[in-house]
Amino acid sequence: MAELSATPTKTENRPSALREFWYYFSENRGAVIGLWVFAAFVFCAAFAPLLAPYDPTEQFRNHILQPPAWQEGGSWAFPLGTDPLGRDMLSRLIMGSRYSFFVGIVVVVVAVSGGVIIGLLSGFAPKWVDTLIMRVMDIILAFPSLLLALVLVAILGPSLTNAMIAIAIVFQPHYVRLTRASVLAERQKDYVTSARVAGAGRSRLMFITVLPNCLAPIIVQAALSFSTAILDAAALGFLGMGAQPPTPEWGTMLAEAREFILRAWWVVTFPGLAILVTVLAINLMGDGLRDALDPKLKRS
Amino acid sequence: MFGYFISRLGMFIPTFLGVTLISFMFIRVLPGDPIIVMAGERGMTEERYQEMVEKLGFDKPVLRQYWDYLTGIMQGDLGESFVTKKPVWDEFFALFPATLELSICAMIFAVVLGLPAGVIAAVNRGKFFDRALMSSALVGYSMPIFWWALLLIIVFSGNLGWTPVSGRIDLLYYFPSVTGFMLIDSLLSGQAGAFQSAVRHLILPTIVLGTIPLAVIARQTRSAMLEVLGEDYIRTARAKGLSPTRINGLHALRNALIPVITVIGLSVGTLLAGAILTETIFSWPGIGKWMVDSIFRRDYPVVQGGLLMIAVIVMLVNLLVDVLYGIINPKIRRR
Repeated sequence: MAELSATPTKTENRPSALREFWYYFSENRGAVIGLWVFAAFVFCAAFAPLLAPYDPTEQFRNHILQPPAWQEGGSWAFPLGTDPLGRDMLSRLIMGSRYSFFVGIVVVVVAVSGGVIIGLLSGFAPKWVDTLIMRVMDIILAFPSLLLALVLVAILGPSLTNAMIAIAIVFQPHYVRLTRASVLAERQKDYVTSARVAGAGRSRLMFITVLPNCLAPIIVQAALSFSTAILDAAALGFLGMGAQPPTPEWGTMLAEAREFILRAWWVVTFPGLAILVTVLAINLMGDGLRDALDPKLKRS
Repeated sequence: MFGYFISRLGMFIPTFLGVTLISFMFIRVLPGDPIIVMAGERGMTEERYQEMVEKLGFDKPVLRQYWDYLTGIMQGDLGESFVTKKPVWDEFFALFPATLELSICAMIFAVVLGLPAGVIAAVNRGKFFDRALMSSALVGYSMPIFWWALLLIIVFSGNLGWTPVSGRIDLLYYFPSVTGFMLIDSLLSGQAGAFQSAVRHLILPTIVLGTIPLAVIARQTRSAMLEVLGEDYIRTARAKGLSPTRINGLHALRNALIPVITVIGLSVGTLLAGAILTETIFSWPGIGKWMVDSIFRRDYPVVQGGLLMIAVIVMLVNLLVDVLYGIINPKIRRR
């Protein structure tokens, strides 16, 4: 009884949604570390030309394959050493963050917006349209994502833009399924019926009534897609089907460095480490987001 | 159960048709004339061009072309490679055992390490072991495997000289292919050292290909175990005084395995995608490397056929997983 009477005052003091989110998010220490690393990554991407000591394509012919500063033969002029063409590794890595960030953003925005709209349509459309859409998604999902992206790039021609388009197409079905599943669950609920009875049109029902309540799993999936997109774009670059040399994209840098792996460890180690740290940070953040946004999975 | 199987099969057929449609369209949506593109810079004579048009059936109506393509597939006809002039079907099955062998080893690696890791993490929830194992799993899950492969080559092949860098077996050994699986064939050949050589060639690719499935299985096992460990029947088992090993190993793991099996089944797509990278790096003569090489050589019939075959394999495995799932978990069947 005491609790019941206290309820009205409690609702007044209820923390804002953002504060509540931050409370759950910050309980996960890994997620907070991930957030800081991600912030550093975004900072690098935003101010890359100011942070990079040299132009990433400038070739220092006298300093070919120079080891990192702390190793014998290295100098602080090139803290992480130079690559086989005498380009500064650090500058290339910093500029590379731009490409990865760009890939992540574009892929997620395209895949989420497309996927959410198709998913909403599928959830509200007549049964046969729904079945048709879901079968098409099943077909796309039957192909391993990297393979389908590879073949799409083979059709469109190898470039970073085409790699992004291909990855976005491959990721789309996940959002369609996720949105459709939450729409179907939400549609049964009373608040939707009451909105419909009150005369809300179909598009209002779709975008204003139902969509906000389906967002949590989509946001979590978007965070995870961001990291997968970076990985896949780097893999395509590594296979020669993504960004083309001399672009300082991390996967492309690895492909260029492959023949030197036994002679110069640094040209291989740093670009991969950059990919791993970025992807790991985003995945840590994604886990935190899931804990904070998805009440069903909380405290598991 | 039979009805469930039929309904699942009913979903399989339209998807299969869709997949054939996509691979059919592949050659036809290439920018420009596919025949000119395939000829590359050499070009071709008018005569040869006409011959190709007829051979590929481009002179017929599109619907007729699709019908011919579909009936061809049903008879195992996926066209011929432009480079080797061999049937794509034969090439696929000549190379598939190499990929299958690698994938099976990677899956065994992932399951043998992943299951215990997940169980140990769940049982020690929140403690040091849990944190250490789950942090490693997240690192594995985030790993760019092409870089991981290069690192392993630097350490184990370059610095330590323990493992070879590429191929399936040393060139010293030669024996006829019986099963297509190098591990079995090398044993059957009876040549001294052949089996060891095959194993040494398999180690690094197996680790590389198995890393992501390992991380996924460990994470999934942990969360499935945690869910099961909270159930009433586990409390009953504890109250009865059963030993923790018996409870965790027998009562809990058995039910926790259901979602884990699904994850294992769904990893087949991941494995085949990972095989593209792993095989390219280790020059492993399987279908992943074959596909990448064909894309670079513009050998489009191979790309088309390979794409279709891989998709069909993924779909068949998913169908199998669904059916198995229906057998293990009766709740699913009744839906």
